[in-house]
Amino acid sequence: MTKRPCCRLWARYLLIGILAWIGLFAPTVSWAQPDLRPTLRELAGEDPDKRVEAVFALSLSGHPATADILDALAEDALFINADASQAFITLRGSSRDVLANQAVASVPTGVGAVMVNNALRAAIDLAKALVSLAAPDAATRIKAARALQTAEEAALLPAIEKALAQEKDAAVAESLRMAKAALTLQFGTGPSRVAAAEMLAASDESAIRQKLSDLARKNPDGSYTEPDAELRLAAERSLKTISLRLHKFEIIANLFSGLSLGSILLLAALGLAITYGLMGVINMAHGEFLMIGAYVAYLTQSAFRAWFPAAFDWYVLAAIPAAFMVTALLGVILERSVLRFLYGRPLETLLTTWGVSLVLMQTCRSIFGAQNVEVENPAWLSGGVLLAGDIIIPWNRIIILGFSMAVLLMVALLINKTRAGLYIRGVTQNRAMAACTGVATDRVDMLTFGFGSGIAGLAGVALSQIGNVGPDLGQQYIVDSFMVVVLGGVGQLAGTVIAALGLGAVSKILEPMSGAVLAKIMVLVFIILFIQKRPQGLFALKGRSAEA
Amino acid sequence: MKLTEPLLLNFARALGLGCAAAVLWLPIAHLVLPPESALHVSTFWLTLIGKFMCFAILALAMDLIWGFGGILSLGQGLFFALGGYAFGMYLMREIGLDGVYKSPLPDFMVFLDWKAYPWYWAGTDSFGFALALTVLVPGLVAFVFGWLAFRSRIKGVYFSIITQALTFAAMLAFFRNDMGFGGNNGFTDFKRILGYSITSGGMRVVLYCLTAAALVGFYLLCRKLIASRFGQVLTAVRDGESRLMFLGYRTLHFKLFAWTLAAVMSGIAGALYVPQVGIINPSEMSPAQSIEVAIWTAVGGRATLIGPIIGAFAVNGAKSWFTVAFPQLWLFFLGAIFIGVTLFLPRGIAGVWQKLIQRARAQS
Repeated sequence: MTKRPCCRLWARYLLIGILAWIGLFAPTVSWAQPDLRPTLRELAGEDPDKRVEAVFALSLSGHPATADILDALAEDALFINADASQAFITLRGSSRDVLANQAVASVPTGVGAVMVNNALRAAIDLAKALVSLAAPDAATRIKAARALQTAEEAALLPAIEKALAQEKDAAVAESLRMAKAALTLQFGTGPSRVAAAEMLAASDESAIRQKLSDLARKNPDGSYTEPDAELRLAAERSLKTISLRLHKFEIIANLFSGLSLGSILLLAALGLAITYGLMGVINMAHGEFLMIGAYVAYLTQSAFRAWFPAAFDWYVLAAIPAAFMVTALLGVILERSVLRFLYGRPLETLLTTWGVSLVLMQTCRSIFGAQNVEVENPAWLSGGVLLAGDIIIPWNRIIILGFSMAVLLMVALLINKTRAGLYIRGVTQNRAMAACTGVATDRVDMLTFGFGSGIAGLAGVALSQIGNVGPDLGQQYIVDSFMVVVLGGVGQLAGTVIAALGLGAVSKILEPMSGAVLAKIMVLVFIILFIQKRPQGLFALKGRSAEA
Repeated sequence: MKLTEPLLLNFARALGLGCAAAVLWLPIAHLVLPPESALHVSTFWLTLIGKFMCFAILALAMDLIWGFGGILSLGQGLFFALGGYAFGMYLMREIGLDGVYKSPLPDFMVFLDWKAYPWYWAGTDSFGFALALTVLVPGLVAFVFGWLAFRSRIKGVYFSIITQALTFAAMLAFFRNDMGFGGNNGFTDFKRILGYSITSGGMRVVLYCLTAAALVGFYLLCRKLIASRFGQVLTAVRDGESRLMFLGYRTLHFKLFAWTLAAVMSGIAGALYVPQVGIINPSEMSPAQSIEVAIWTAVGGRATLIGPIIGAFAVNGAKSWFTVAFPQLWLFFLGAIFIGVTLFLPRGIAGVWQKLIQRARAQS
């Protein structure tokens, strides 16, 4: 907001104050409807300051069409004729003459749309919030009050006071008091500002924190920008209270993001750990299976958009089995056509799977292009739980955490409780002995590899909901998931779980101190040092088979 | 025509002589023949072949540890880049006041608003010290890492993955601007070596000849090593490490020596590479680059010394051609090499040659 001469500001304060006063009585007085024409004339005029005033005047006019006019204005759909005797809005496909309150077929030619610039748009948002303060629904009112907390417009003060006097809901009233205090802090005088600064200690809004810290700021020469020492100290005290309160939530949010990263690593590494345990070789193409899973999610999304737009929100649920099938099938094909010829030659297998990953990546580029594709979160995966201020725990991460636990449970049950799992464990631990007791190791190899790859597909669907989906998606996760497997050791799910969650937590603990890149480097160095102590990972198989 | 052993051997000799003559003729043709001459060699070709020879040294190093020692390093690019950065520091100092900002500091430091060189740049204005660094830095990093890894008997796939993590971590570190190595852009815009312009024809030929000499020198060194008792033990480490340990050998020492030597060779290759190509940046440390080195070696033929050199030339030649002619197809082709060579040509081009010789012998 640009600086204006003080007298102009107060003039506007006065003007709108009077208008607000009139607005307060408007419903009780038996005037038919307030005359909007002068306001509309200003709005259609040239003077930018007058136009902003007009927007606020409009919001306080009490005219029943106010909300519609503001909506239309925000969408460049308010039309006013030359002498402001007629105004039309075009909303939701139909046109209306607002002053006469009757529908018209179309806006007459020669009546131009009101142009909206950025300053005016900001004023419109605030004006809309002001109108919403009269909404019957408390949630709408609280949202409006929160929007007003960040306002920097002295003129709003009387309107907020008026709404505060009428407000019955305690939470909305509290929010309004914060908005009032924020404005008083900026435009009030002497003791009222100190009281406002003290009151704002209860606010979580980052814009308000910014205002408070502006008061406590020093000039380059060491003097304070704020001459009133009492006010400055009050602001500092409030800031301290706020940061103490928010700190708790920040810790919770940080812990959660560590857990979330851990769960994502777990999903990405789980399938890898299974195939590694089986073949003794890390599948370098595993990252590309993640990528394919994410692209299956993208394709499912497109299919739903084209054929079942009504069920669009549930495309992710359909993508899960689809991704599993596609990547599992690809895994089986890879195992049958290439890898089975290379058992017992681990280093060569490593190189071969790298070659497969190059081919898959380039295939993906040829089909979908090198650019990222857009995967949209369904409604139930967007947004988040607001802890305080601007600290949000996003829903998609919460649900992915749950999803990875579900996948883990499924894998654990399959490996530990079923006959197929028994075979997998047998072949992993001692291939020759398993073959001697009649296990068809060939079939087990094929199915296990397919199973591990299928889990990569599941992980890919999850990744598509939190990050970019592009041909390089696999490469972003591959080194991390290798590290999880190396750290966790082979043949034990517990090792993978602990390694994934541990790496996630450690990265997120280090990140605020050292930055993301340095944290990653430190984690890698830590792993290199760690396997000095335990060369076979956290949980190693013991016995003769371990050295094979 | 029937392929007989002498015929094959003569063919090989002729091919070898032809290649050697071409390699020698290239710099002469570049310097002596006028640019209008049909036989004139452009800077492009001289630099390209010089670059391939650096890669061949790298492949030779890879062969020493993987082909003979059985240790697959997926982080050889790290040592290559370290050598390149070490010599690059000297090249940056030689720019002097000719940078964009006319400052004694490199442009990227001026950009970061640094006032002086950080401590680890000390002494890099000396040519001799820079040369020592190109050997010492990769050697020391490899020695410490190798000692830690081999001591706790990390081997096979585990070792490969850890080396990949190492080069990945280093790449992330070098991408940071505060590292003082130019971040994303690395070092470039070199002006001179020992006061002589780096773009002059003479300097290019000198660098080319040094690279050729290094390649031949390292080839002979490796041949001597492999033929020696050390080489026998190293091969035995590959084929049966546990058995060798039971016989009382400290395999750690043999592996560590080969590993460190390979790193030093890679570092020198990097130091020769940087002035010829004119740039070094962290992407040289990316895991994909390092893993490609393994495939050069595999294509040429592991556990032969001429194989990796052929492989480095063949794969990089194909890359240069493909990325110009069919850029979209190159990764398909490279991927196919990875799969095809391991499945059908486990001993590479050299293996095919040996098979031909054997067949000829059996027929005669």
